[in-house]
Amino acid sequence: MDIHFTAEELAFRDEVRAFLKDKLPQDIADKVRLGKHLSKADHQRWQKAQSEQGWYATHWPVAFGGTGWSAVQKHIYEEECAVVGAPRSIPFGVSMVAPVLIKFGTAQQQDHYLPRILNGEDWWCQGYSEPGAGSDLASLKTHAVRDGDHYIVNGQKTWTTLGQHANMIFCLVRTDSQAQKQRGISFLLIDMNSPGISVRPIITLDGEHEVNEVFFDNVRVPVENLVGEENHGWTCAKYLLTYERTGLAGIGVSKAALDHLKRIARLQLSEGKAMLDDPLFRAQVAEVEMQLMATEMSTLRTLAAAKDGGVPGAESSILKIKGTEIRQAISHLLRKVIGPYALPFVEEELDLDSPDEPLHADYSATLARQYFNLRKLSIFGGSNEIQKNIVSKMILEL
Amino acid sequence: MNFNLTEEQQMLQDTATRLVRDGYSLEAREQHSRSEEGFSRAFWQQLGELGLTAVPFPEALGGFGGSGVETMLMMAEFGRGLCLEPYVQSVIYAGGLITQLGNPSQQRDWLPRVASAQWLLTVAFEEAQSHYHLNDVQTRAERDAEGWTLTGRKAVVIGGHQADLILVSARVSGESRDEHGIGLFLIDPQAVGVERRSYQTVDGHKGCDLYLSKVRVANDHVLGEPGQVLAALRYQQGRAIAAQCAEALGSMEEACRLTLDYLKTRQQFGMPIGQFQVLQHRMVDMRTELEQATSMAILAACCADQVDSTERSRTLAAAKFIVTRAARSIAEQAIQLHGAIGMTWEYALGHHAKRLVMLSHQFGDDDHHLKAYSTLLDVA
Repeated sequence: MDIHFTAEELAFRDEVRAFLKDKLPQDIADKVRLGKHLSKADHQRWQKAQSEQGWYATHWPVAFGGTGWSAVQKHIYEEECAVVGAPRSIPFGVSMVAPVLIKFGTAQQQDHYLPRILNGEDWWCQGYSEPGAGSDLASLKTHAVRDGDHYIVNGQKTWTTLGQHANMIFCLVRTDSQAQKQRGISFLLIDMNSPGISVRPIITLDGEHEVNEVFFDNVRVPVENLVGEENHGWTCAKYLLTYERTGLAGIGVSKAALDHLKRIARLQLSEGKAMLDDPLFRAQVAEVEMQLMATEMSTLRTLAAAKDGGVPGAESSILKIKGTEIRQAISHLLRKVIGPYALPFVEEELDLDSPDEPLHADYSATLARQYFNLRKLSIFGGSNEIQKNIVSKMILEL
Repeated sequence: MNFNLTEEQQMLQDTATRLVRDGYSLEAREQHSRSEEGFSRAFWQQLGELGLTAVPFPEALGGFGGSGVETMLMMAEFGRGLCLEPYVQSVIYAGGLITQLGNPSQQRDWLPRVASAQWLLTVAFEEAQSHYHLNDVQTRAERDAEGWTLTGRKAVVIGGHQADLILVSARVSGESRDEHGIGLFLIDPQAVGVERRSYQTVDGHKGCDLYLSKVRVANDHVLGEPGQVLAALRYQQGRAIAAQCAEALGSMEEACRLTLDYLKTRQQFGMPIGQFQVLQHRMVDMRTELEQATSMAILAACCADQVDSTERSRTLAAAKFIVTRAARSIAEQAIQLHGAIGMTWEYALGHHAKRLVMLSHQFGDDDHHLKAYSTLLDVA
């Protein structure tokens, strides 16, 4: 038993660090660290840098232009990225639809879409949730009816993250209304520029435009955009969700947030001394750090078990629950560090290039908003209650 | 990174599993617990004969040179079987101190007897006011021409009622909580001036309070440099903590197993109660706590024998904190999920619950280790 990385893994980590030092644009890292707005162009710049290095598609086999990395290597890469403030890759193309195409897609679909994901030509979004289908995803109602070489799609998707930037959406649609819930669902790739599609922003409680509603009004989709067999889309959906959960523990992101917390808790004062020297506050920081230490170790154990088998199983649901609880706990402490300066809601301060002096400190404007934004962590990717159902069924066999 | 066991480790684990399974039914444990010794002398000797009590000692001193991982594997099985033998006190803690501080003749004379389970040692480091702080020592040791004289009272010495020898911390200089001025003395409980008030503990073990009144200790029974032993006490307590985390892990695994079985078999409202989502989620919470505790027990095992450092102290404090919190949570939830049957003496679960909670009253509870970690917080 050896809890340390091997010499090869350490060498890999050095290589990653050198790459990040060299290729991660400083202004992007600053934005991430200080919680400022990231533009579509920022995401694309970082995507391009990773692609040029051949390190964008960490989940893909080498044959398709992926890295072929082990689970541990992927973990190292994600963690190192997070620690230096690299933005998280928008997962919908590279980490969600791509694995589905690699597993279930035709050669034509693979040849067409995968290179476009690698070179950033396509920006994908996810058409899963509907107003009446959240945790109960299989109750979705958006339907597709075959008409010659096309499907005609009608319905509505919601909570579509960054759909406002996307030119492609992968959707679960009902193709057989008579069949049982999970049967009769198909996996369709749809061009967002098709006539009949409209996107409406949903503003979240932190004032951000991150998610959208997407409406489909007699949208014509070529039949070659069907992935897998008609009425067997649920297989694709489930396969994708296991990928989605992997990495949701967000160890690296939490470590970066914890560093940030300690940094600003040294600067903020209470009773004439640093917040970090207040025993009560310090104990709360200590507690979350210990929880993170345990969850990191649990993640590494899960990865080691999956080393040869690829994607971790239902254990990743436990990691999702713990990991999101920790990130939320850190966001709670971050909000508390700045005391009353959590209150001001100053939009301009979320711009890195804002010409005005910050009201308080360059990091303060975003903290309360992020706390509210991160409530999403225990809801998306399968709510934490759904994760518990999964653990109950798959691991405990209840 | 690799979490696999070597072939030797696998064999050691199998041996411990078999021993505990064969020798430690709940009924047998109850008998051992009620016996005068409070544990099984036969089982203790078996551990000695099979070399399990020699595992953690260096090869040069007649041991097998096992690391924290080997200790973890054995302790988890002892925890699963709720074993009563003071392995942690005798082998890990006292044995570790003799290994670390003993002069060659002390090592040569004493360690083989500890490693073969011929001797049972224990440690007496708590006092009424010390509340887990090893530096808070009021028991006095006075020097004279022939050796030392100890006077004071030591609290809750687990295994002290039966120990052949007891390692006692006593102050040779300074005030109650000074870090300097603590010495370590090996006393014979039969010696003149030693009184023991023995009792059973809530979790079925036995111990005593130790009353020392001008107890004579010869110079060759002084361990380490009198006045300078605190660092060694803390280091060896770290090893004891790692071992104890593993013991708790075995017990938590068993408590979770019993509870899950119960959820699958107990029928109410015409179905197994495990069909109810509210109970399923509680069981998942227990499983999650167990997962976190497992990770920390492994981490503790891997750093227990490392050279002393802030990093090691931090990790061990974190392990004790996480495991203590998990242990209490699992103990309480397991009783709740069982309902009234979990409250009975005749069913194993209650004994696991008691052991799991009582472990937090040794070597520091969650608050103690939260403070310790907080003090050592890496703020660079």
